[in-house]
Amino acid sequence: MKRFLSEKVTELKPSGIRKFFDIVSEMKDAISLGVGEPDFDTPWHIRDEGIYALERGRTFYTSNSGLKDLRFEISEYLKRTQGLEYNPDNEIIVTVGGSEAIDIGLRAIINDGDEVIIPQPSYVSYEPCAILAGAKPVIINLKAENEFRLTPEELLAAITDKTKILILPYPNNPTGAIMEREDLEKIAKIIIEKDILVMSDEIYAALTYKEKHVSIAEIDGMKERTILINGFSKAYAMTGWRLGYACAPKELIQQMTKIHQFAIMCAPTTSQYAAISALKNGDADVENMRKAYNQRRRFLMNAFKEMKLECFEPFGAFYVFPSIKEFNMTSEEFATRLLMEEKVAIVPGTAFGDCGEGYLRISYAYSIESLKEAIGRLERFITRLRANK
Amino acid sequence: MREELLSIIEKNSRIDFKELAILLGAEEAEVLKELENLEKEGVICGYHTLINWEKTSIEKVTALIEVKVTPQRGQGFDKIAERIYNYPEVKAVYLISGGYDLLVTLEEKTLKEIAGFVSDKLSTLDSVLSTATHFVLKKYKDHGTVMNKKSTDEREVVTP
Repeated sequence: MKRFLSEKVTELKPSGIRKFFDIVSEMKDAISLGVGEPDFDTPWHIRDEGIYALERGRTFYTSNSGLKDLRFEISEYLKRTQGLEYNPDNEIIVTVGGSEAIDIGLRAIINDGDEVIIPQPSYVSYEPCAILAGAKPVIINLKAENEFRLTPEELLAAITDKTKILILPYPNNPTGAIMEREDLEKIAKIIIEKDILVMSDEIYAALTYKEKHVSIAEIDGMKERTILINGFSKAYAMTGWRLGYACAPKELIQQMTKIHQFAIMCAPTTSQYAAISALKNGDADVENMRKAYNQRRRFLMNAFKEMKLECFEPFGAFYVFPSIKEFNMTSEEFATRLLMEEKVAIVPGTAFGDCGEGYLRISYAYSIESLKEAIGRLERFITRLRANK
Repeated sequence: MREELLSIIEKNSRIDFKELAILLGAEEAEVLKELENLEKEGVICGYHTLINWEKTSIEKVTALIEVKVTPQRGQGFDKIAERIYNYPEVKAVYLISGGYDLLVTLEEKTLKEIAGFVSDKLSTLDSVLSTATHFVLKKYKDHGTVMNKKSTDEREVVTP
């Protein structure tokens, strides 16, 4: 069979998370801090709207770029949360999750040999999507001492005359890092000077715990060079509905829509109707969930402080990214032993790029009670490691 | 801090102030002071436990009683409400807009006791014009808590 397969695809590394998942799923009673999705149910009014759409027989394709009402609500949402103005008629496309937006966004701009700059640690799909689109990924290894923010120096060093686009994944999965306005202004200046694009993956935009999230598209001269990606999964606890969107200049959306039209047709209709209710009536739900995440984040930071586990304070998403370098183990060894000895599943930082070595991604999309139990076990494990040193 | 503190202890009144301080990102002393103030001001009126009596062998009957009354001069509904809420078997009394005036929640051991309360005590009050008694057959949700909810995590154990 092998001779039939695409070389590009067979050469792709399988996701590091997948590998770990296979080990975890063998363990029956393991508790997990490894989940990248909210623990909350989708708020009822949103689910109810989905049910209502089915009852009314709204079971047909929508227009390729998504329901007009939904695109309108998205543009209203971005206006009210970030002061961004996107024309719902031609600057917004509704996609199957943020993941599809990443894929078609890259495919719409890449010519063979173009370079895509990807700061890591970051979400697992940027690099493979770039490769599949025919690009050469150029990795920036972000540093803990910069709180995993992208610095202008790091960016400048990665840019060549083949650079087409920078992927800017903030608030960040897996580190929980954010970029603030002054950080973004420095990056924007370089982007404009070097005449490249930015794909800003802002799927966690609603979940920040310091200042309100700032999009790079808000900075002067950046909207026309930004593909902004967002969606409903994290903010509204709607992962299984598979719904996201991209906003960009209309020439770009036009090309993205072509790929989307041929590959996908349209995002799920039921989800689109439900999402209208999310944007119209969901602000309070998001705020309540954000508050709950923030409490858990503080709980974890305090627990790490008490067990003297080194960790910078993250202000976004729902992850913390502690360092385990003191134990002289690889992340994978640490995670595997923790799983075997204490039955706690944590994703090794290396699942998000080589520079994640020495770190763990701990998700706080869990109730305080679950976190307490898991952290208790982690502490026991660490105490044992330190005692045996 | 106040609103967030209240919303945490509304769900979990047993949480200690140390943990509260961590969750709120505040100093312990600050949290203690605020709790004290809230109690003093009467914002926090009690720390109760939500019990699903149906799961015990103890018999309880709950009734919701709609009461129509004549408000009294100078005192409105307060006087009559007080006469009703002073009975210990009365669990709650609300002044309601709409078709009737007071909604009374009553908890007793038997149906007979509830009937007795309504006919002997409640209806005989001077300003009570009429009553309509509804018995609770099943409690699905109380104080924002679904009574028989099994919480299972349906998520995959590890996802990107």
